[in-house]
Amino acid sequence: MTIDPDLQGRSYPAGEIYSVGREAIRDFARAVKATHAAHFDVDAAVALGHADLVAPPTFAIVVAQRADAQLIADPSAGIDFTRVVHADQRFVHHRPIVAGDELVAELHVDQVRAMGGGAMITTRAEISTVDGIHTATTTSSLLVRGEDQ
Amino acid sequence: MSARFATLEVGQQIGTRTIDVTRQDLVRYAGASGDLNPIHWNQSFAEGVGLPGVIAHGMFTMGASVQLVTDWCGDPAAVVDYQTRFTKPVVVEDTTARPGEPGAVVEVTGTVGALDAERSTARIDLTVTYGGQKVLVKAQAVVRLP
Repeated sequence: MTIDPDLQGRSYPAGEIYSVGREAIRDFARAVKATHAAHFDVDAAVALGHADLVAPPTFAIVVAQRADAQLIADPSAGIDFTRVVHADQRFVHHRPIVAGDELVAELHVDQVRAMGGGAMITTRAEISTVDGIHTATTTSSLLVRGEDQ
Repeated sequence: MSARFATLEVGQQIGTRTIDVTRQDLVRYAGASGDLNPIHWNQSFAEGVGLPGVIAHGMFTMGASVQLVTDWCGDPAAVVDYQTRFTKPVVVEDTTARPGEPGAVVEVTGTVGALDAERSTARIDLTVTYGGQKVLVKAQAVVRLP
């Protein structure tokens, strides 16, 4: 498999809606060993001024990786998932993600760089609510190892 | 506890945390995140792709490390920007038969790296190590504080 050099600049439109549920926030919080009350107790979240349970700072990865999956599953991109290594990650939050949000993510392939026999692919997911409120921008670099790496 | 911008100084330590990691934690993270890559739960698969063993999701380590910051600042929503590079894998030993014993231990230290008075934000630099080696590099969380 070879990475399509024309991948850079490609975009994937928002796919299925991700409905942020309270239990998903609680489960994700437990999974990252978060204990802050705002992830578990609605009253505690409201006391901090939030509409509902607040997602942990890295929760947006769930939405972003679903968007990335579109790219990885795209046969024309030429990415072998078993050779993908996560190289870096960034989350910029424009407004906190809370339970009840209905999110969509638009994926952009910002950069493709050849690295030995493989490639480093930088993707950006622009996450917003279905009402158009921009909630987060996530950026991921994925190293696709070449056959000899 | 909640941090206030005016009390902070660059170089100040915000605390430390020890994260015990077991194979069960990785299965839990896989389920909660939807990242079911078998390198995070299957020994023979991990070895088959040239890894020394089952490794933690980079996103598990990133997600668990920032808890030091959220607990310190008092509101998870105060973290407006969080980034890292993943440099070394955290290999998690199978301690299923020895309940209570971690398969890997990750150490986290947080320091105030920069202050922006105009935006009332602090950049917290995290040092995240496993077996004495850094596993996250340039792990920085920007928090907006009152």
